Amino acid sequence: MNAITVQQLKVIYDKQPVLQDVSFQIPSGSLTGIVGPNGAGKSTLIKAMLHLIPRKSGDIHVFDKPYAQQKHLIGYVPQRSEVDWDFPTNALDVVLMGRYRQIGFFKRAKQEEINWAKSCLDKVGMLDYANRQISQLSGGQQQRVFLARALAQNASIYFMDEPFAGVDAQTEKAIIQLMKEWKEEGKTVLVVHHDLQTVKDYFDHVLLLNKTPIQYGETQKVFTLNNLERTYGGKISFLDKTPAILQGGE
Amino acid sequence: MVDFISSLLGSANFRWVLTGSLLLGFASGMIGSFVLLKKQSLISDAMAHAALPGVCIGFMIFQEKSLPVLLIGAALTSLIATHLIQLIVNHSRIKSDAAIGIIISVFFGFGIVLLTFIQQNFTSNQAGLDSFIFGQAASLIRSDVQLIAVSSIILVFISTLCFKEFKISIFDPSFAKNIGINVKFFNGLLLALVVGIVVIGIQMVGVVLIASLLITPALAARYWTDNLSVMAWLGGIFGSISGMTGAISSTMIGDLPTGPMIVLSASVIFFISLLLGKSKGLVTKAVKVR
Repeated sequence: MNAITVQQLKVIYDKQPVLQDVSFQIPSGSLTGIVGPNGAGKSTLIKAMLHLIPRKSGDIHVFDKPYAQQKHLIGYVPQRSEVDWDFPTNALDVVLMGRYRQIGFFKRAKQEEINWAKSCLDKVGMLDYANRQISQLSGGQQQRVFLARALAQNASIYFMDEPFAGVDAQTEKAIIQLMKEWKEEGKTVLVVHHDLQTVKDYFDHVLLLNKTPIQYGETQKVFTLNNLERTYGGKISFLDKTPAILQGGE
Repeated sequence: MVDFISSLLGSANFRWVLTGSLLLGFASGMIGSFVLLKKQSLISDAMAHAALPGVCIGFMIFQEKSLPVLLIGAALTSLIATHLIQLIVNHSRIKSDAAIGIIISVFFGFGIVLLTFIQQNFTSNQAGLDSFIFGQAASLIRSDVQLIAVSSIILVFISTLCFKEFKISIFDPSFAKNIGINVKFFNGLLLALVVGIVVIGIQMVGVVLIASLLITPALAARYWTDNLSVMAWLGGIFGSISGMTGAISSTMIGDLPTGPMIVLSASVIFFISLLLGKSKGLVTKAVKVR
C-alpha cells in the first residue's frame, strides 16, 4: 500500500521551474529521507505536497485519496527558522496548537487536551519547560517543542523539514527515537535531510532530488556513489568522504 | 479641576464621548496586539490615511455629514489601498515598505485635495469635515457615539471568538494550514477588523493618528507579558486609558484636537512600559541582571 503518491508535480517561482516532473510513490510505514544539494527544491517539494504553496500542476494522493480529503492524517514539523520565536507564548501553548483541530474552531482547550499536550512534552523530555517563554529555549529545545506539537497531532504520516539542522546531541537522539517509534507504529515519515553521512543510519528509503527526482527507492539500492554524483552534479567536493558516507555509521 | 471634571461628567454628551473613547480604545488595543505581532503596523497606517478620500467622496455624493455614509466611503478607499499595496508587492520589484509609502502619500494627498475642494465649493454642511484629519471628540453627537460603542463591542467579540485562530495563523501560518485552518480567511478578517477600527475611530482620533492607537497600547502591553491573551487584554486596557485621557483633556482645553491627546497619553504609557515593564522593561532587565 502506498501512503503517498505524487504525480507530475510542477512548481514555478518567478516564472522559473523550481520542481518539475516529480512523480514517486512512498510505501506505507517507510522512513524516507529527501536528499539533494542546496536549491534542489527539497523544502519546496514537501510544501507543495502539503498544499502550502501553489502548484503549477500535479496531484498528491494520500492512501489513494486526494490530499484535500486526507489532510487530517498528516502531521508537519516546519523548519525552526520559519516562525518568530519572540512571539508571546510558552512551550505548552505551542504544543497545544497540535490539538486545535480536535479542540474545534472557536473553542477553548479542555483539560484533557492540555494533559495530552503535556504528555507529548514529557515524551521529548521537555515537560519541565512547559511554561517557559519560547524565546528562552535553546535551538534544540525549540525543535523538541515542534516535535511534541507533531506528536500531539497524532497523525499517520509525518513531514519534517530539516529537523536535525543545528540541534544538540540530546535533541538528535530524541528525533531518532521518535522516528523509530513512529515506524514501529506503522506510520510513514518523510524528512528533508542535509547530512549525507547519516542517511544510511536514519532512513530505509531515500529520495535523491535535484529539481526533479533523480532516484527513489530503498536506501541500500539507491544511495550509491553513481546516483549521488548524478544528484549533486559537479558540486561534490564531499566525495572525498564518500566511502564513509556510503558505509554509514555501522 | 476636580470640580471641572465632575461638571463635565454631569453633561450627558460628555459621558457618551467618554464611553465611546473607552470602548474604541479597548477594541483598538486588543486588535492592535494581533496587528503588531503580524508586523502589519505600517499597513494599518496606510489603511487609516487612505480613509480620508473615502470620507470626502462619501460627503460629495450625498452632500451631508451623516456618519454611516462617510464611514462606508472610508472603508472602501481603505480596502482599495490595501489591495493596491498587495498588487504592487506581488507584481513588481517594489518592496512592501516602499509600496506602503507610495500608497499612504497618494491617498492622503488625494484626500487633502478633495477636502480643500469641498471647503471651497460646498458652503453648507461641510463644517467639521476637517476634524477627520486630527479627530475631534467634542464634535461627536450621541448617535455617532452609539455607533462607535456598538461597533467596538462587536470588534472585541470577534477578536475573542477567533483568538486561537488568529494566534496560530500569525505565529505559524504553514502549520495552521496543515491542521486545516483557513489562514487566508483569518488574514482577511484581521484586515477587516483594522478597517473597522479605522472607520469608527476616524472622527475621534483622525486618520493621521489612528494607527498609533492600534499599535502603541499593544506595544506597551508587550513589555509587561509573554502571554498573548494577557497582552491583548492589557493592550485593550491601555487603549481605553489613552482614549479616555485624550477625550477628557481635549474637551477640557478648548479647541485641542483629540487624536494627538490620545496618542500622547498612549505614548506616556508606552514609555513607562519601556522602562518598567515586568517582562521586557529596560530597568526591569537591568535590575534582573544585577
